[in-house]
This record gives sequence, structure tokens and C-alpha cells, in this order.
Amino acid sequence: MESLTTRAVMWFVLLLLAVMAAALAHDAAFAAQMVIVAIAMGAFLWWTLYSAKVDTAGNWLRAPNDEGRYDDDPVRWGVIATMFWGIAGFTAGLFIALQLAFPALNFEPWLNFGRVRPLHTSAVIFAFGGNALIATSFYIVQRTCRARLAFPGLARFVFWGYQLFIVLAATGYLLGVSQGKEYAEPEWYVDWLLTIVWVAYLLVFVMTIIKRKEPHIYVANWFFLAFILTVAMLHVVNNLDVPVSLLGSRSYPLFGGVQGALVQWWYGHNAVGFFLTAGFLAMMYYFVPKQAERPVYSYRLSIIHFWSLIFLYIWAGPHHLHYTALPDWAQTLGMVFSVMLWMPSWGGMINGLMTLNGAWDKIRTDPIIRMMVWALAFYGMSTFEGPMLSIKAVNAMSHYTDWTIGHVHSGALGWNGMITFAALYYLAPRLWGRERLYSLRMVNWHFWLATLGIVFYASSMWVAGIMQGYMWREYGADGYLVNSFAETVSVMWPYYVARALGGLLFIAGAVIMVYNIWMTILGHMREEKPLTTAAHNPEADRPLVAQPAE
Amino acid sequence: MNEHSTYEFLRQLADSWGLLAMAILWLGLALWPFRPGAKQRNREAANLIFKDQNDGE
Repeated sequence: MESLTTRAVMWFVLLLLAVMAAALAHDAAFAAQMVIVAIAMGAFLWWTLYSAKVDTAGNWLRAPNDEGRYDDDPVRWGVIATMFWGIAGFTAGLFIALQLAFPALNFEPWLNFGRVRPLHTSAVIFAFGGNALIATSFYIVQRTCRARLAFPGLARFVFWGYQLFIVLAATGYLLGVSQGKEYAEPEWYVDWLLTIVWVAYLLVFVMTIIKRKEPHIYVANWFFLAFILTVAMLHVVNNLDVPVSLLGSRSYPLFGGVQGALVQWWYGHNAVGFFLTAGFLAMMYYFVPKQAERPVYSYRLSIIHFWSLIFLYIWAGPHHLHYTALPDWAQTLGMVFSVMLWMPSWGGMINGLMTLNGAWDKIRTDPIIRMMVWALAFYGMSTFEGPMLSIKAVNAMSHYTDWTIGHVHSGALGWNGMITFAALYYLAPRLWGRERLYSLRMVNWHFWLATLGIVFYASSMWVAGIMQGYMWREYGADGYLVNSFAETVSVMWPYYVARALGGLLFIAGAVIMVYNIWMTILGHMREEKPLTTAAHNPEADRPLVAQPAE
Repeated sequence: MNEHSTYEFLRQLADSWGLLAMAILWLGLALWPFRPGAKQRNREAANLIFKDQNDGE
């Protein structure tokens, strides 16, 4: 009862503070954001009181503290949130792709490219990817530790606090609140909220590992822990900002000039390395062996993969600042470490693929395995392309062109997207206690639509980017640039349209997934022809009897 | 080395002893699973995810 009162008072005080902050705000955007915070605090307060009432009646909504069962509610919410934010983020991406092809779609001021673009990147990386990571980490850490999630209340706060972070970040961008740092756009107060949520996440995860019943900590948890710890460090250091006022949305960073740029790209590249790589590799190291029903190809290789990734990735950031004011040795260091990263990345890819050794037929018969294999293939492709683009001579041509966009998307759609879809398909029937997915054939459709979408996307951006890079640097005999910038933009049009088509196909696949998983949750099973059947001829299925001669 | 410059000091530490210490630490951690007698432990670790074939909640 005391803890109930404390919690209710805490949410009430926070609600009052948010209302006061909205009333006294220095700018309209901050006022709007504080109204959202107030609504969220009101919802938390209402839920605290409502669940207490239900508790006395039937104790069915609050997490039963039964140590003999896994605590999967936050995982279920996470699966649904991943699908929801996935569709939102992909749609935002399609919208900005169309804006580039048809500039009339820039609806000022809220929906212009400059505001929707960070909405797209944050929605797909932090909302879609982040929810997938939180959900799968909570699922995997419980299964591999054979222990129930520690601090059930805190785990629920992690989920809902993270959703609030997403909503504040997204609405902030549309209102024009931004730090202007790529992948770190949210302003100081949203950064503070994420810091609190992230520390809670770390606590839940580490305490679950500490109370484990298995002596060994499975390698997937190493990757998750590296992801959580490193993202905490990156986020705090890159957001050391001084707010102009505690009632306004503006802040100024501690680091200026080239130091600021280096910190930003140390953050930015490791957001790729630890958020989009380490975290998703954790999913790979659990779901691929589970779906293939055989242990990972080499556990030793997985450990080498882990330590090499950790030791190398952290130094690769300066390759985003080639030919800038950054000291030349730092640029070269970034390049060298990026090239070295190629080896552990391919070691990890081989480890994942070779897990299927002796069961390669599953690629044909199991569309979920096929998605996983395709994800690993894209992991290999983009971790080859990345080191190549980080070489200074290549970067001189490719930097600032759409080749970079193509590279990011072959990694994000191919690797992160596909492995997440596979994980969701794996989780849905298990989390809701269903015999199987609603439809495996729909998974097949999703696979091919997504693949076709990525092919359109990546190939159009390769051609566009290389063409753009060479047009920018083309000199005539008299030493002048041959092409004006506007000319390089106008020739991009067909590629922009092809890219938007790729995005549309990718979303179409994701919509099929949402329908499929939704029907699975509802408990339906589609009557369909199985994907594979061994040939059987009843006519020939009889003993051979000697025929009398005629 | 310029004694008055933290930049010079840190830069030179980074490409000498710092680099060596990191390389040795990495080598030690990467070779650890290859120590004698680790084979069985690695096999058990790789298979621990299958102990709960029934993954229900």
C-alpha cells in the first residue's frame, strides 16, 4: 500500500510539474511537448490507481510474481510496438523518398523533408529497431538464464518510458525541435528521459543475468550487454549539452567545432556498431540456432567475433569525417579500423550461415530460415561495402552521394529488417501460445516483396550515387567543373522514383506481416497447402507380384 | 614530446603503449576459448539454448 501511495504521488507530482512547465514554457514547441508529457504522466497515474483496484478484485492485470513462469508481457507489447513503429517508420521513409522525386509533397512547415527525414530515421532505428531489441533481449535473457525477469515493475517502466521517448522525439521533430545532430536529434529534456529509461533497462537486464540459473552466460547476452552499456555511454557523452533555460527547448553542446564533429561521429558510427549490429547479432545468435534446431556453428568463433567487434568498432567513427578539419592521422585511423572490421564481421556471418550446415534444405522449406539467411547475407554485403566506402580514395567519390544512402539501406532493410521480421515470426506463436503462424505462405510473400524492394532500393542508389559522385568531380579541359549542381539533381529523378517503388514493395511486405501476426495472435490458422511435400504415388505403393506369362 | 600539450601526450600514448595494451588484451580475450579443456565447455554453452525445448512462458 505504501509503495502504491508513493508511486501515485510521484506520478501526480510529475504531472503537476509538466503542466507548470507547459504553462511557463519559453517557446510554443516546448509547451506542446510538456502537454504530451502531462498526458503520459496522467496515464501512468491512472494506471497505477486502476491496476491497484483490479488487484484487490482479481489480481489478473498486475504481473503475477510467479518465479516459475517467464515474464513475457513486456515482450508481447514489444512485438506489437515493433510492428506499429515499423509501419510508421517505413511509411515516413516512403513519404520522404517521394518528396525527393516530387518536391510538391513538401508541406510547410511541419511536413517538409528536413523535419520528416529525422522522423523516419529515428522511427526505424530507435522505434522499430529499439522496440525489437528491448523485446527480444527480455525474451532471450530469460530463456538463456532460465530465470524470470528481474524487477517486473521497472521492466514495464522501460517499455512505456521508451514509448514516451519515441513520441516526444517524433512530435518534437515535426514541431522543429532538433539538435541537428544526425541520429541524436532529440533535445536535452528528451535525452534526459532516455538516460533514465536506459539505466532502468540496464538494471533489469543485468539483474536478470545475476539471478540466472545457468552457470554460463550465453553469447547473445554478451552482445546485448555490450549494446546496452555502449549506447548508454555514447548517448550521455554525445548529449553533454547546456539547456538555455529549463523551460525551453534549446540547448548548446559542450564540444564545439571539430571536437564536436568527432564526438558526434564517434556516437553516430557506434550507434550503427552497437545498436544496429551488436544488438541484432544477439538476436541472430539466439534465433538462428533455435529456428535451425542446431547449435551455432562455432562457439569459439562467436567469442572472437564478439571481442573483435567491441575492440575495433569503437575507433571507426572518424571515417565519417574524411577530408575535413579532423587531423589526418585520426581520419587514417578511422579508415584502418573500419577495414579491419571486415574480418570479424565476415567471421560472424560465416558463423551464422554455417549453423545451417547439414540442414541447408531448410532454406527451401522454411521461409523464416530463408529470411535469416538473407539477413546474414546482407550483413555480409553491407559489412563489406562499409569498409570499402571508408577507404579515403573511395570516400572522396562516394561521400555526400546517394551511394551512402544505398549502403545504409542494404544494411538496415536487409540485415536489421529481415532479422527482426524473422524474430517476430519466431516469437508470435510462442508468445501467444499458438500452434503455428497463421500462414507460412504469407511469410514467403513477405520475403519476396521485401527482397524485391531492397533490390530496387539498393541498385537504384548505387547507380545514382556513383553517377552523382562522378558528375560532381568532372573537370573539363579548361579546369572548370563540367556539371552544375542542379544538373546532377535532375538526372537523379528516375532513380528516385525507382527507390520509392522499392520502399513501397518493402512496406507491402511489412503490411502482410502485420496481418499474418495479427491473425496469429487472434488464434486463427490459415488452411493452406504446405510449402513442401515429398512425392507420393498411392498407385505404385504396393508389393511387386510376379505376373503369369501370356 | 612537448610536456605542455595534453593532445601530444595522449596522441603518442594512443599509438604506442595504449595500442600495445589494447592489442594484448584483445589477444588474450580472443584466445581464451581456445585454452586446453575449453572444448567441452564451449559445446555445452552452444547447446544450453536447447535445454528448454518447450519455450512456453
